[in-house]
Formats: sequence, C-alpha cells, structure tokens
Amino acid sequence: MASISIRKLGVNYGPVKVLEDLDLEVETGEFIVLLGPSGCGKSTLLNCIAGLLDINAGQILIKDRNVTWLEPKDRGIGMVFQSYALYPQMTVRGNLSFGIRNAGLPKEEVDRRVARTAKLLHIEELLERKPAALSGGQRQRVAIGRALVRDVDVFLFDEPLSNLDAKLRAELRVEIKRLHDKLESNTMVYVTHDQIEALTLADRIAVMRSGLIQQLADPHTIYHRPKNLYVASFIGSPGMNFIKGRLGDGAVPSFMIAGAGTVDLKAYSAEEGGGLASHAGEEALLGLRPEHVILGGEPADGLAEVGKGVIDIIEPMGSDSLVWVNLGDEISVSSRQEGDTSLRKGQEVTVRGNIANASVFGDDESQRRL
Amino acid sequence: MAEGALAGFAPGPLGPRPKRPFAPKTIMLYGVLVVAALYYLMPLYVMVATSLKGMPEIRLGNIFAPPLEITFAPWVKAWDSACTGLYCEGLKVGFWNSVKILVPGVIISIAIASVSGYALSYWRFRGSEVFFTILLFGAFIPYQVLIYPIVILLRELGMFGSLPGITLVHTIFGMPILTLLFRNYFASIPVELFKAARVDGAAFWGIFLKIMVPMSLPIFVVATIIQVTGIWNDFLFGVIYAGTKNFPMTVQLNNIVNSTQGVKEYNVNMAATILTGLVPLVVYFVSGKLFVRGMAAGAVKG
Repeated sequence: MASISIRKLGVNYGPVKVLEDLDLEVETGEFIVLLGPSGCGKSTLLNCIAGLLDINAGQILIKDRNVTWLEPKDRGIGMVFQSYALYPQMTVRGNLSFGIRNAGLPKEEVDRRVARTAKLLHIEELLERKPAALSGGQRQRVAIGRALVRDVDVFLFDEPLSNLDAKLRAELRVEIKRLHDKLESNTMVYVTHDQIEALTLADRIAVMRSGLIQQLADPHTIYHRPKNLYVASFIGSPGMNFIKGRLGDGAVPSFMIAGAGTVDLKAYSAEEGGGLASHAGEEALLGLRPEHVILGGEPADGLAEVGKGVIDIIEPMGSDSLVWVNLGDEISVSSRQEGDTSLRKGQEVTVRGNIANASVFGDDESQRRL
Repeated sequence: MAEGALAGFAPGPLGPRPKRPFAPKTIMLYGVLVVAALYYLMPLYVMVATSLKGMPEIRLGNIFAPPLEITFAPWVKAWDSACTGLYCEGLKVGFWNSVKILVPGVIISIAIASVSGYALSYWRFRGSEVFFTILLFGAFIPYQVLIYPIVILLRELGMFGSLPGITLVHTIFGMPILTLLFRNYFASIPVELFKAARVDGAAFWGIFLKIMVPMSLPIFVVATIIQVTGIWNDFLFGVIYAGTKNFPMTVQLNNIVNSTQGVKEYNVNMAATILTGLVPLVVYFVSGKLFVRGMAAGAVKG
C-alpha cells in the first residue's frame, strides 16, 4: 500500500512554475530522501505534503486518503524543521505536548505519550527546561520528539541536521536511522542537500533539479548507475571524472577520447545490455568515479586502459588521497588511492578504468545515460 | 637580549595596552556629555525651583536662585483649585479625564494593531499587500487634513464631544504606526515556528495567543509606551473631539497657564506643568530598558 501518493502535483509562485506534473509514490515504512541543490523545489514538495503550502494542480493522498484540501493537523503527519522551531516560552514538556493538547487528548494520555517519547529520545531529564537552555543537538532531538509524540505514520524532515556542526550531524544521522529501524511502519520523507545524509539514510533517493525528479532509485543505483549527467555529477564526493569523446562505430563497443587513445567498453556494454550500439559514432562523455580509476599495476579482467599520464597533484584526505593525473591536453582525471600512497608528483603512470562500473552519457541536450 | 625585557619576549610593548584615564579624547567626550546634560536639565531645575517658591520670592526676579522658603502650596493649588476659565477645580479633573481617554485608547488600539500585524505577516490574503500599503500611507497624511472629515464622521455617529469619540480617534490615528511595528516584529519571528504550530493543530487565534503573544512582550511594551505618551501628550484631538466636559489634562493645563485674569502665578503654572508631564516621565523611567530592547528587536530584522 502506498503511504504517500502524489499525482500530477503543480505549484506556481505567480508565473513561476516551481513544481509541474510531479508524480511520486512512497511505500509504507519507506525512508525516502528528496535531494537537490537549493531552489530545486524539494522543500516546496515537502511543504505541499504537509499542507503548509496550497497547491495549484494535482492531488496528494496519504494512506489512501485524499488530503489535498486538508489542514496540516488533519493529515496525520509530524514534521521536523531545520531551525528546530521550538516554542521558546514553553518547556520541553510543553513543546512536546502542544500538538496533542490541541487535539484534545486527555491529560493521562498526554503524559503517557510525552514520557514514552522522551524515553525513546533520551531527553527525560530535559523535560522541564526551556529550549534556550538546550544545546543544538538536544533541541533537534526535542523537535523530532514533537513529531513522534503525535503518533502518526508519516514523518517529514526539512533539512533537520543542517543547523548542526559536523560531529553532531553525524551522531544524529545515526540516531535518525536507528529511529527509523525501530519504528518500522513509519514512512519518512527527508529533505536535504547533503548527499552523505541521503546515501546513508535513504531506502530510495529522489534527486531533484528545477522542480523535476531526475532519478528515483535506491542509493546504490543512484551512485553506480546515475540516469543522467546531472545526477552523476551531483552525487559523489570527490566528484566523478568526465572525459569527452566519441563512441566508436566498430563491432566492439569502444570510446575514443578526444585527442587521445581509445577505451574498450566491452565490460560496460555487457553490464548495461548492449544499448550502446545504437549510439555508435555519437559524441559522448565517459564517467568514472575516482575509486574506479586505477593507477599503475598490471592489466586485469574488467580493467580497460584509458591512457598514460603524469601525476599532477596529490591531495591527502586522511584515510584516502586523491591523485590527479594529466592524461593529455586539458584532460585530467582523479583517482582515489590509499592515504599513505607511494605515488609521487611528476611520476608517469598508466591509467586504467574499472569499466563495468563506469557510466557513459550522451553529449546532447538530455545528457542521458547510454 | 635587551636589559629589562622578560625572558622569551622581544623588548617593547607587552600585554594589554595601558589605558590613560585622562586622555584628551576622554575629557572631550565627558565634557560634551556633561554640558549637554546640564543644558537639558536647566529648564527642569528652573521649573522645580520656581514651583517651590512663594509669589513674593518669585517677584525678586532671579529664576536660578534656589527657593529660600520651600512651600508646596502651589502644587496643591495646581492640583486642586487652580482656575480654568469659569471652573476652579484645578488639574485633577483633567487628570481623570486623561486617564479615561488613555486606558481604553491604549488597550483597544494595541489589541487591534497586534492582531492586524499578525494577520498581515502570517496570513497573507488576496490584497493584503495593498491593504498594508494603504495603511502605511495613512501614517504620512497630515492630521490637519483629516480634522474636519472626522468631526463630520463623529457627528454622524453621534459620538462627537464624547469619551468613546475621542478614544476612537486615538485608535484610528495609532493604527498605521502600531500595525507597522507589530507586523515587522512578527516578521522577524522565524516562519518555521508558525508552520510547526499549524502542524500541531493550532489555528489563527491559537497561534496568536499561545505562540506569538508570549514571544512578543518587548514589542507590546514599546507599543504601550508609544500610545501612552502619544495619547497623554495629545492636545489637538482633545481640544477638538473630547468636548468641554472631557478635556484632557493638557488642555486644562493650557487653560490654567494662559488664563489672562489677575496675577500670573508662575509657581502654580510650573507645578501644573510638571504634574502634567509626570505620567510619560514615569513610564520612561520604569520601562526604559524594555523600551530600548524592544526598539532594537523591532528594528534589526524589520
């Protein structure tokens, strides 16, 4: 059963269309992340689901109930905001119970739910404090509690970790994941621009750009088989290498790098099901993630030689090092190596690619994966 | 290493820069401040000193001399029996009239303006921007233009020369600036708080009373001060719309000071003036800190 079902959703701000003809089905118990840069419409979409924003077209169903015209409180949702949005004049207890008191629940039930939520989030000792006396992490925990206490099935998160420092963010990320495991039947929709959060938390990620969902898939697929150049370049840090060239028109699928050698694409073609043949001779981009760029060593199965080059720069990043190699005029690729790599600047190396894990994109308007 | 320098430090300046208490800059600053303070306090001193003198002493003509024989009789007379035209009941009638105009005027205007400001910043409706612009425009229309139309309006409503009439006038004229004040303050409250309250099931009044008002004490204080001083110090509307029976304190002060019969009793006039100015003065002293805080809160993010 679909927990949230969005059909042909449209939102305009005046003449500007923010969302148009957007469809999205979220399964019960699923953790779905809306990922994209600011201004892509992901927060707008979340506000529409919450009922905080009036829509101009389409329908929204939550648990098979048409909630398109319902008030936020009647939609059976809980929401967590980026800036915590705790009521400053109320204690933590007051903040947690505000919604269920408004709903007219009896006092014993309110107390029971507050106690249960506080226990779940380990904030029992904070109940009588005001938000001003809490740290950032504690505040966000209370904000999550305020959504949980409503006993709803759908939780909406609007960049809940963006206001926290890096260390706390990592901590709370794990906690949210644990929470989702505990509350199995709860659907979560989570908006973020942080791909790490998206990749770690999501069952499925919807990568958005200018109001359109570019790709909706599980994190593994998003990372390894991006549907187009935009998704490929948005996901992954350090980013994917893109090499311009042309697809060969011989019998064996191959990729001719502009002004350099040819790369054998047999392994990629085998993986993708041979769709490349129909694009023979077209302009294209070869995408290789840094961890799929191998420097030196012996030829092996699945590895195809990309070219020979000179190491230009080494960026140590603690556990890894990013090694940049100049393959020729203006062609530079990065390779992920061990933190204590023995490679040195100026060294000449053979560059090979793990082609089965590569991506090939058409160099046209759509920049689709081929 | 130079002699006298501490181990490990280069010779020369070390640690905090020494402060000179009598630097020319400091002397200039405090000098200007003291002169300015004296300049503003001088009239007050003259008023207090004169009000405590008897008439014979005043006739000596030295207004800066401190009173030789302190007497509170002018104060009593100003409050209780000074003459305004025909009646000789002192300022106390005007004081109570002013209170009767002030209390409902302040409460009603702030109640309406706070709700309007809240609605304008959170519950945008079709034409709300136009409405706000018109309201703002009202703040720039000179009072003189509106005096006669309002006389007609009040006459048609049957409220001319009555307490409800003058209260209505003060409410109307307070509306643009107060609504602007509240709207800007509410606009500085994060909108996510409003969204959270909506998800939590609070509606228009619930959000206003339970979330917004408790967060807005400073701006309510500012609005109260603006209205209290504004309505208390008002002369023009009082003299036109209040009616003879309801003349506020300022109008009666004028009538006492400007009455042309007999001797000019400077001591009584001074006492009456100080009495009239006492209410705003007390308000400023009591709420000074809150006032500044509220002004800053309203201004920064407005």
